[in-house]
Amino acid sequence: MDAVSIPENNAPETQENTVRTRRIGWGIVFLLVIGLLVMIYLQLDKVRQGPIGKGDEVPNFTLTTFNNEQVTLEEHRGKVVLLNFWASWCKPCEQEAADLEMAWRFYQPRGDVLFLGVDYVDTEPEALAYLEKFEITYPNGPDLGTRISQQFRIRGVPETYIIDQQGRLVDFQIGPFTSLNQIKAKIDPLLTP
Amino acid sequence: MRGLIRSFWLIPLVILVVLAVSGVARAQEANPTVTDDDVNRIAKGLYCPVCENIPLDVCGTQACQQWRDLIREKLGEGWSDEQIKTYFVNQYGDRVLAEPPRRGINWLVYLVPPLAFLLGIFILVKALRSWKAGSGVPEAEGTADAPGQPPADEYIKRLEEELRRNQ
Repeated sequence: MDAVSIPENNAPETQENTVRTRRIGWGIVFLLVIGLLVMIYLQLDKVRQGPIGKGDEVPNFTLTTFNNEQVTLEEHRGKVVLLNFWASWCKPCEQEAADLEMAWRFYQPRGDVLFLGVDYVDTEPEALAYLEKFEITYPNGPDLGTRISQQFRIRGVPETYIIDQQGRLVDFQIGPFTSLNQIKAKIDPLLTP
Repeated sequence: MRGLIRSFWLIPLVILVVLAVSGVARAQEANPTVTDDDVNRIAKGLYCPVCENIPLDVCGTQACQQWRDLIREKLGEGWSDEQIKTYFVNQYGDRVLAEPPRRGINWLVYLVPPLAFLLGIFILVKALRSWKAGSGVPEAEGTADAPGQPPADEYIKRLEEELRRNQ
């Protein structure tokens, strides 16, 4: 049997090169698609994370108040923190505004409770008018860049979070408080008499 | 004579009134009236996070009304469109913008659709070429001398011929 004569036009080499180029091309496309899917997954995973659960450590944040003071959560470890999200355009927020202020005046002399108001997606003149109308004296500030509300993944306003002395979330209230006693019932169990 | 003196005292009063009126007019020139169109020009590029998927210019909630009032106020103070948008981004975050800023992962929004389109065209062209080649070779070359599918590739065809010859 004679040896098979191979054509001299380098056809096998050309074919091999073509196949290799194709494989590399498809490999790049495949990697790009995988990379894209990973990026989309990571982004969706961030969005899909639910609100902070009871017992979870609350991430630190800094609130710049309307008086231009900085309030950092971590600096108030050892205190019970009531964090209230509100807005001047929010009618249900008005229902609880007076009760919150009364509760603050009740607890403020103790020194181991801090109330913080986070003004969500609001305009400053209306927000200040709201604070004046309800004579609110505890620290309040705008949620700049909606960063704090995104950390807590709030679903609307009003929402209130109770953070214990160790910086863990112990309770929350979706919607307005309906009485002063309801607020006290969430804070008192955390305080030493 | 007494009437003349009374008129004399009126002159400074008239001058003061004229100056005041002209001052107001000048102030209005420097701070022209802001129209709804001016406000909506900016508002349609913004979305309030409270009302998802509704542009600010057509949203009827109180929050959005307050935002539009704020835009009007800033325009009245002489702020530019870009300054106002930057203010809103600083206050409420990137998500208020109708068009995400071109940075970080946001680039995907701008790059993926055209790349996917180009990739689609590339695949379509390749597929059309291979279909054309598959249907064109037997007719053009008339090499249906082997049973089954005729070899499309020149090299394989010649290799098969050599093999047959050497059997």
